[in-house]
Order: sequence, then structure tokens, then C-alpha cells
Amino acid sequence: MTRGLAPTKCCAEFFSEFFGVRRFFAPLAEPAVRRVVVASLTLGGAVGVFALSFGVASVSAGASVWQTCALSLFVFTGASQFSAMSVVGAGGSVLAAFGGAALLAARNFVYGLALSSSAKSMAGSLPRRLFAAHFVIDETTALALAQESPRLRKIAFWTTGIGLFSFWNLGTLIGALAGNAIDPQKFGLDIAFPAAFIVMLLPHLRSKLGRQAAALGGALCLISISFFPVGIPILIAACAVLIGLRND
Amino acid sequence: MIIALAATAYLFKVFGLVVLGSRQLPKVFDRCLGLIPAALLAALVAKDTFSIGQSLVIDARVAGFVVAIIAAWRRAPLIVVVVLAAGATALVRAI
Repeated sequence: MTRGLAPTKCCAEFFSEFFGVRRFFAPLAEPAVRRVVVASLTLGGAVGVFALSFGVASVSAGASVWQTCALSLFVFTGASQFSAMSVVGAGGSVLAAFGGAALLAARNFVYGLALSSSAKSMAGSLPRRLFAAHFVIDETTALALAQESPRLRKIAFWTTGIGLFSFWNLGTLIGALAGNAIDPQKFGLDIAFPAAFIVMLLPHLRSKLGRQAAALGGALCLISISFFPVGIPILIAACAVLIGLRND
Repeated sequence: MIIALAATAYLFKVFGLVVLGSRQLPKVFDRCLGLIPAALLAALVAKDTFSIGQSLVIDARVAGFVVAIIAAWRRAPLIVVVVLAAGATALVRAI
């Protein structure tokens, strides 16, 4: 337990200099706070392993190590990064790769909206909120919104955000370096992307509308593959979201 | 591409969190945005499993695809799913 918490403390000291969050990390002895921090770090570790596969897959798709790391540092949205590299790796145009990845990033807008009512209490001044925006992703939103008090919400957001960011980028670097050293086809690594996508897709199949959108998206993509340049079928598949317009 | 993507991804985040604030959007809009991952991820799986460039192909990747679905269904962690799928594909290729 204490060993798991050490990096958080270190992280907290470092960031307290700039963002004044020290007092929110001090009461780690408090069970509620500790629960949040442990949850954040567990999630961070899992995501770090996920980042390993991104590093390997991205390098296998033809990106350099530094390009792969730049994606994780500056885009910092897993599904978009995976999607962009999968289109580029298959020989798709940069524009098509960008389009699909940007659409996947659009859900962070919704997360931002969901968090916006607590943005002031989580991040404070405008510059801090602008900084916080980089960390608005699936996991931070989920953990922050699961907390009851604004104070716990703030702790959840920042430990998840900073922890995940560290693990994600470290994992990417290690994966990219390792991926460079092996032949992707021989080890079946060309299936790494779709396998990861399947895992990411699963939670979206819980609702009927989600299942319909997935089925329609997959079908639209397969039908259009032969007729359009690589990457475009992904954008065509995005039209499947329009079934959300039905049954109001 | 990386820079443009980084900028776009960031703008989406900022727009929701900082710019629009707690303004309310139509529910339909919300629902369509929420369906994007389902539609796109399914399309990406289809493309990455059944095509090379612009042609539809069925090869060793199908084995990995099936294994990945089963593993994901059994709630295996992502890395396990990826390793099992890659292993199945590599195995079929080696035979």
C-alpha cells in the first residue's frame, strides 16, 4: 500500500509548487481520499500496460519512436491515437487518419461539458482550467463524476489525470522501443489494433442504440472499403451515429 | 498530422470544459456524440481484420479476431486480449 502511494506524494509535491494542490494530497490518511487515490493509481497502471500495446502497434504501423511519443504526450486520447495510427499504417491519407481520430476525440467535448459545472472548484482560475482541459478523458471524467463531494472530485480528477498521463507516456515509450526491435507480422501484431478496439467497443454495446450503431458502422465500413481510399470508409461509418436521431 | 490532431483533441476538451460552461445542449446532439465510439470502433475492427488497403481479405487475422472477441467477452484485461489475439494470428501464420 505505502509503496503504491509513494509516487502520488512525489507528484503532489511537484505540482503543489505550481497549482497549489498540496493541501488536497496531505490527508492521505483519510480512508475516502485513500480509496480515490488507490483507484486512480490502479487505473493508471492498467492504462500504462495499454500504452505499451499502443507503442508497439504504432511503431509496427510505421511511425517513428518520437512520433509515437508525441501522439501520447500531446493528443493524449487513447482511441484517437490508435485510430490515427491504424489508418496511417494501412496506407491511408493523413486527412482520413485525422478525420477519424478527430471524431473519436469529439466525445471529450461531452466529458468537458459533464465536468464543467465542477471545473471552477477542480481547477480554479482560467489558466488552470485551460491546463486541466488536457486531462479531460474517459477515465478522469468517470472517476471525478463518481465522487460525491467537490473536494473528492478534485482529488480524483488530478490524481487520475496526472497519474494516467505519466503511465500512458512511459508505457508508450517502452512499447515503441520494444516494437522497433521485432517483426510485427511474425508475432501477429497486426491484430493488436483490432483486438484493442474490440475491448474498447464492448462497453458501448450495452445499450441497444450502441449495438445498432456498431453493427451499422461496421457494415458501412466493410461495404465501402473496396470503393473508397483507405481511411474514408471509417468516416462513412461515422454516419451510423445518425440513428441516434430516432426515438426521441 | 500529429500537431493538427493534438490541437483538435485539445480544442474539444477546452470547448466542453471551459468555453461552453454549463450551457445545456439538445439531448439528441448528446446521444449522437455518444454513439461515435460504437460506430467508429466497430468500423476500425472491420477494416483492420478484413482488409488490406482497398481489398477485402480473409487471412490469419480472423483467428486473432475470434480469439479477441472471446477473450474480451470473458472480461480479460486489454493486454491479455491483445497478446492472445496476436498469439493466435502468429500461430495460424506459422502453420
